[in-house]
Amino acid sequence: MKKIYFDHNATTPVDPEVLDAMLPFLKEEFGNPSSIHWAGRNSRKAIEEGRDKVCRLLNCANLELIFTSSGTEGDNHAIKGVAYAKKEKGNHIITTKVEHPAVLNTCKHLAKDGFETTYLDVDSDGMIDLEVLKAAITPKTILISIMYANNETGVILPIKEIGDIAKARDVTFHTDAVQAAGKIPLDAQKLNVDLLTISGHKLYGPKGTGALFAKRGVRLVPLIHGGHHDRNRRGGTENVAGIAGLGKAAEIAMRDMEKESAQLSTLRNRIEKGLAEKIPHIKVNGHADKRLPNTANISFEFVEGESLLLNLDMKGIAASSGSACTSGSLEPSHVLLAMGLTHEMSHGSVRFSLGKSNTAGDVEYLIEIMPAIVERMRSMSPLYAGAK
Amino acid sequence: MYSEKVMDHFSNPRNVGEVENASGVGTVGNPACGDIMKLSIKVENDVIQDVKFKTFGCGAAIATSSMVTELVKGKTLDEAERISNATVAEALDGLPPVKMHCSNLAADALHAAIEDFKKKAGK
Ligand SMILES: Cc1ncc(COP(=O)(O)O)c(C=O)c1O
Ligand code: FES
Repeated sequence: MKKIYFDHNATTPVDPEVLDAMLPFLKEEFGNPSSIHWAGRNSRKAIEEGRDKVCRLLNCANLELIFTSSGTEGDNHAIKGVAYAKKEKGNHIITTKVEHPAVLNTCKHLAKDGFETTYLDVDSDGMIDLEVLKAAITPKTILISIMYANNETGVILPIKEIGDIAKARDVTFHTDAVQAAGKIPLDAQKLNVDLLTISGHKLYGPKGTGALFAKRGVRLVPLIHGGHHDRNRRGGTENVAGIAGLGKAAEIAMRDMEKESAQLSTLRNRIEKGLAEKIPHIKVNGHADKRLPNTANISFEFVEGESLLLNLDMKGIAASSGSACTSGSLEPSHVLLAMGLTHEMSHGSVRFSLGKSNTAGDVEYLIEIMPAIVERMRSMSPLYAGAK
Repeated sequence: MYSEKVMDHFSNPRNVGEVENASGVGTVGNPACGDIMKLSIKVENDVIQDVKFKTFGCGAAIATSSMVTELVKGKTLDEAERISNATVAEALDGLPPVKMHCSNLAADALHAAIEDFKKKAGK
């Protein structure tokens, strides 16, 4: 059976060049990068080269990067790190209703320690209102954490403008750029961001790797206490192979981003148009332009998302509804509900997230098989009869 | 994640639709997830002669709907009333733990349909 992978926002395959960059450090180059002897030297060099490459992708200085074990760790480190470092100053955090659980649940956890979080609403396009953000800032506000691009809809938030507001009001600003990194250009210098999280496995790097950009002067309480790694900011002997891989992935992203993004948006637009032409009662979710080039989030009215995904899977197509991390839950997508979709429409959404391996043929195959799947599920739906 | 039986009933659901001139209809929503099932039955001499379903729900909801129709067809009302969500889940060789609640939908819709029949029949 044909196998087509349309779930790149969940994770991406490791690029063969990335694997090649990693292998020596899983084989002969075993040394501890903190050792002063010959065995550690190449490991140290690999880390510093990896750091250079990631910093080039983010346009930041080498001292401003902390390697992490994941995007989730980066989000935790940024939010808890700032909260605990600034707790004398205030206890108020501002974020949005559409963040990844790595941010939402970290803020929820901090409530136990007396921190209060404002969760900003989004409009039907998935955008926040900057005036509402401004009004939410109080003298007790210590941190704003707003994602760069949403994992479910691909909607890109106005990070530059948010950073300007945060700077003017002297509030630390973190952005979860896990979905943006590698897909659209990021520039930590131009944006007024203090902290920015990325994750390796979303850009063809290894799972369990990531990095946190922390601007010079931003105070962070470490999440993991230990040795003098990453200038005392994160203990633990570095994941040398992972860092070499992450660096290579960043380098490749820099090189290929422009070309790829043009290709992906062409394919993505074709999916949206092709399905809309053939299937009535569907809705594309998220802002029309301010969106990642690779992501299509579509609601199929009267049917439920998981049953569509199972049908697609039987035809060899991997896609998802909501995010991979929340698919264990029964609730429809918190992101789509926040955008004002009804329960049924949120439940009936499918996310197609494209990547390097996808071809025009994959897209045409999807457009060919999808109408029958939707029709079959609708014929079983008690909600559909009335709408015909 | 799902057993072969679940996937079989999901891909080839039995008894989809609505029974004509139904003796009883049960429509229930699952409070846990908001999914909906509608089950209609045709009863003659206290035996369920025909049964059909329509479901807006996940794979497990559709498979349990299909399975419950197979389980009750030809059964007496007394026998059908004893069918619980566990009976349906078992008949499908089990469901993943997070999906156990989905089988409530099928059992609840069946019991609601029987209740509806009894009310209409004045029993
Ligand atoms: C927006 C966003 N933030 C954070 C994460 C978590 O990253 P990781 O899987 O590396 O922990 C993800 C990935 O699922 C994501 O999409
Ligand atoms: S998730 Fe709603 S019935 Fe299964």
